[in-house]
Amino acid sequence: MTAMSAVGIVEVQTDQRSATVSESRVREVVEAAVAKCGATREDLVPILTEINHALGYIPPEAFKEVSHVLHTPIGQLFSVASFYQMLSTKPRGRHLIQFCESAPCHVVGGREVWTALQDTLKLESGETSADGKWTLRTTSCLGVCAVGPVITVDEDIYGNITPQQVNGILERYE
Amino acid sequence: MKAVRSLVLVSSDRESIEKGALAVHKCLQDEITAFGLSDEVAVAMVSDIGRHDAAPLVIIYPEAVVYGPVTPGDVHFLVEEHLYKGRIAAGLQLPARELSGRIAWISARKGTLPAEQRIVMERAGVIDPEDIEDYIGHNGYEALGKCMTEMKPVDVIAEITKSGLRGRGGAGFPTGAKLKAVAQAPGAPKYVICNADESEPGTFKDRLILEGDPHSLIEAMTIAAYAVGASEGFIYVRGEYMLAQARLITAIAQAREYGLLGRDIFGTGFSFDIHLHVGAGAYICGEETALIESIEGNRGEPRARPPYPTTNGLWGKPTLINNVETLANLPAIMRHGAAWYKGFGTPSSPGTKVYTILGHVNMTGLIEVPMGITLREVITIYGKGMHDGRGFKMAQTGGSSGSIIPASLQDTPMDFDSFNKAGVSLGSGALLICDDDTCVVDLTRVLLKFFRNESCGKCGPCRIGTDRAYQLLTNLSEGIGTLHDLADLETIADGLTQLSNCGLGQTAAVPIRDMLKYFRAEVEAHIKLKICPAGACAMRGRHRHVNVEHNVAALVH
Repeated sequence: MTAMSAVGIVEVQTDQRSATVSESRVREVVEAAVAKCGATREDLVPILTEINHALGYIPPEAFKEVSHVLHTPIGQLFSVASFYQMLSTKPRGRHLIQFCESAPCHVVGGREVWTALQDTLKLESGETSADGKWTLRTTSCLGVCAVGPVITVDEDIYGNITPQQVNGILERYE
Repeated sequence: MKAVRSLVLVSSDRESIEKGALAVHKCLQDEITAFGLSDEVAVAMVSDIGRHDAAPLVIIYPEAVVYGPVTPGDVHFLVEEHLYKGRIAAGLQLPARELSGRIAWISARKGTLPAEQRIVMERAGVIDPEDIEDYIGHNGYEALGKCMTEMKPVDVIAEITKSGLRGRGGAGFPTGAKLKAVAQAPGAPKYVICNADESEPGTFKDRLILEGDPHSLIEAMTIAAYAVGASEGFIYVRGEYMLAQARLITAIAQAREYGLLGRDIFGTGFSFDIHLHVGAGAYICGEETALIESIEGNRGEPRARPPYPTTNGLWGKPTLINNVETLANLPAIMRHGAAWYKGFGTPSSPGTKVYTILGHVNMTGLIEVPMGITLREVITIYGKGMHDGRGFKMAQTGGSSGSIIPASLQDTPMDFDSFNKAGVSLGSGALLICDDDTCVVDLTRVLLKFFRNESCGKCGPCRIGTDRAYQLLTNLSEGIGTLHDLADLETIADGLTQLSNCGLGQTAAVPIRDMLKYFRAEVEAHIKLKICPAGACAMRGRHRHVNVEHNVAALVH
């Protein structure tokens, strides 16, 4: 039941999206991921992580490719991919901003930083800006709690953030 | 590139140059030559490090210690202490504030904070985590050698049992008993898993162990594998910990090269290898059976227990699964013996505990201290007091799954049994210290939002309970809650504890209960008076003409 509805979701997304990644590129990325991680079920999460890293998200075409290689229904793949926060089944902006909304960051002024981020970017959590530059997302703990409030932009971590610093940090990214 | 032991970087942004960075750079080169270290230490100027409050800065890798502001007069002392004698140059270190993501940040170490007792963090920040020889030079792999050449597996388990070590992941289960269960479980192969999916908000102790001393974990897992007869090990490290991943990959490769992992270790015929499994972002994968599901390539949804992983774990085989900190105790116990280990901590909870101190204290960071110290000691000694001299209101322990501890319990010794008796839990070692301006309703709301987001959704009591509790708490924080909501919250908390499949749902009830138990008056003020006494909640539904002071007085009396 779950598998069938998941396939449905994948197909709906195929309709909505214009092809941003060519099929040959997807095949290339999937082949590289399988070559690096292996082709058994236990390699699934690493494979999906590799694809997500290379393409910024996991497009429906990639699910089809992986499904062939692992002999696993697309529904099961989608069920796994949609479970993990770091894997995205939707295209993301060039830069991913993550804001930690857990308690340690919250009590030392996180809420004001979040408001500043939203005001600056005009985005809600999970949204991508129209120009494709930013994706903004709230997240649970990032593990750098001693310097809260914390935001990350791609792989860079910023701690002890004040609302006034938000603009300056975002300006560092092209 | 020439291989060097240490890399010294001097900031050279405009402000640093103005304040004498070039002179510091020159002095560093002279002093390093004078100490005869020029073949081992490289000095370089780097541009903007991102800290302008203490320019010029000197960063020394691999320890990533940041010193500043450094004057030419400090350089002799700095070189002698850090590069020649290998310890932190006291008084010059800069408290870490902004991270670049490239710096492994360790704030607390020998000589810079009040006395700590370091067992698991003994080498972190002292050795080069990417150099196995440095680890071996600091007694590394000595315990493994002793276990494998002088002891039988049963003796290793007996020694660990005798040490009284209890799991540091939160539950406090005796480690020796777990090892014994796996060793005696029928079936092969057996597995050892290190749970490094540290995702509890406020907890980053495991990250600092992994980043600062990755070989200790490899040694510990190999000891455990020898004890239970496992042939394969997995380290499940959370996806966000990129530096830790890189260091583990290096460490595993080095250990294989030195014959400390792989076939026929120490020529004993015993073989063991470790794989790194990188998580993809899911708090629930810290639950042991969810973690196992995740390694198998599935959604990280917890299994029903029993059967426990000790008999039916990874691929249905007997599996030992332990937290990073728990494992990191093993080499020290095996090296010095159980009697030595029992000399630390309390009789029922021997050893040390690594805590992360957060929130409204003057000094946040990480400490390793004997079990049994009190919150008051943590705040005044290690936290250097409350920020701005404010009052201590409550502490939230152990990430989200701990307790909310009121000020009245700040003199209770922090060990498993004393906390159990007091009806609170130690959790995973985070201590979020909150001042008077923190609202308990707001805090509990944020905690429940976390559980709601991180619930895997497999079982209804947790999926629905955390969501409903979050809604009710949101209502309270907006001033539109009712007394009936409090009764509902109690019912939900009971449902969560009694009916949830795993620890996530069960512990989600804890902050709700603690809030109602210790802070009932403050919660009711949100309902009856439509005010937030701490001034933190937005109180959308607040009545306009309420005389706040009058009503607070009425509430107190």
